[in-house]
Amino acid sequence: MADEVILLDFWPSPFGLRARISLAEKGVEYEYKDEDLSNKSPLLLKSNPIHKKIPVLIHNGKSICESLVIVQYINEVWKDKPLMPEDPYERAQARFWADFVDKKLYDCGTRIWRSKGEAQDAAKKEFIDCLKLLEGELGDKPFYGGKNLGYVDVVLVPFACWFYTYETDGNFSIENECPKIIAWVKRCMEKESVSKALPDPHKVYELVGFLKKKHGVE
Amino acid sequence: MGEVKVLGAWPSPFVMRARIALNLKSADYEFIQETMNPKSQLLLESNPVYKKIPVLLHNQRPVCESMIIVQYIDDAWPTGPSILPSDPYDRAIARFWAAYIDDKWFPSLSTIARAQGEEARVEAIKQVISGIQLLEEAFEKCSKGKSFFSGDSIGLLDIALGCFLGWIKTTEKMAGVKILDPETVPHLVGWAERFCADSAVKEVMPETEKLIAFAKAKFQPPSK
Repeated sequence: MADEVILLDFWPSPFGLRARISLAEKGVEYEYKDEDLSNKSPLLLKSNPIHKKIPVLIHNGKSICESLVIVQYINEVWKDKPLMPEDPYERAQARFWADFVDKKLYDCGTRIWRSKGEAQDAAKKEFIDCLKLLEGELGDKPFYGGKNLGYVDVVLVPFACWFYTYETDGNFSIENECPKIIAWVKRCMEKESVSKALPDPHKVYELVGFLKKKHGVE
Repeated sequence: MGEVKVLGAWPSPFVMRARIALNLKSADYEFIQETMNPKSQLLLESNPVYKKIPVLLHNQRPVCESMIIVQYIDDAWPTGPSILPSDPYDRAIARFWAAYIDDKWFPSLSTIARAQGEEARVEAIKQVISGIQLLEEAFEKCSKGKSFFSGDSIGLLDIALGCFLGWIKTTEKMAGVKILDPETVPHLVGWAERFCADSAVKEVMPETEKLIAFAKAKFQPPSK
């Protein structure tokens, strides 16, 4: 019986991108449905009634919500090219850093483009501090997963298409502060699963400009 | 299986998660009570990112963040009973609700104690109760008629929610509200009794009277 896989998503969402990259790494065919978040589809509201958010993975009619839960699910169902290390301790470290990205990075990144002045400066500093910690964790490895993309790579790399927005709005250069992260992004972009998934950073910036006007942040 | 230490504090529900998981695996461990004020050198060294408890030290290697610790214990002690379900979809559902508890439900519970003014308190209580209602429905779906979220024995989601039972009882007594109401959430009430009575939980669940005294000292310190 063929698998039916649907992904409810929104094109610039770093959370949705995690699912797209994971599915591509595993070679899974799926139907991509882009949501209009100001007018959510009945399917989205039905399959994620608690949070009403994207991404949602619908596998043979069953919905899986929350991007980290989705990535782990994809990894456990389609066992080729495992994203998680074998060793329990290394697995725990991978989960820790993925959780760190979620707890810290998204929040300060968003605050960079949503705020001005002192608040923005504070957000920039926090953002750079987070990336420096992540640089430390990467060390000399080509990827967080070692020789190939792993869980942390998939969780973190989607933010790369938002870097241009943070840098332009925040008036700073991520490469100057965290060159190893940018080098790692370039290596990730050599992988088709990443380069084909990530949208053009300039398009993301245009969207943010539009959102800022809409929410009166200028 | 090596040297195991848990760095934590007896009132913390997050610390309890680690201890329940180790008990389920019949793993021996040393419980080190963290001083907190000031934070110990051991804590600062083993959790430099967050400087928070619990920290699990397995052969001196630290694992941080309670739900990550629980999953690590499940992976590292493969011969004991499984804490995570075996089916990937069931695992996803357990992880989803564990994330809901940590990201949405627990913050509303802790808001009750810190709420400024009656209106804020009432609102916080409403949120906690509506969250519990969702968890009652989740229990009916996950347990499939059995004793725990995970089925016949305690699993990830039982641990994720059950660790708060002491604090739920404390909040009920101190705020004069019923959160685990047998009229509205009968399944969870039954589950709570079974969870607290389980041998892996009994010795690490703090007594409500002790938690009340702790909460009074922390949230309502006597005026100078």
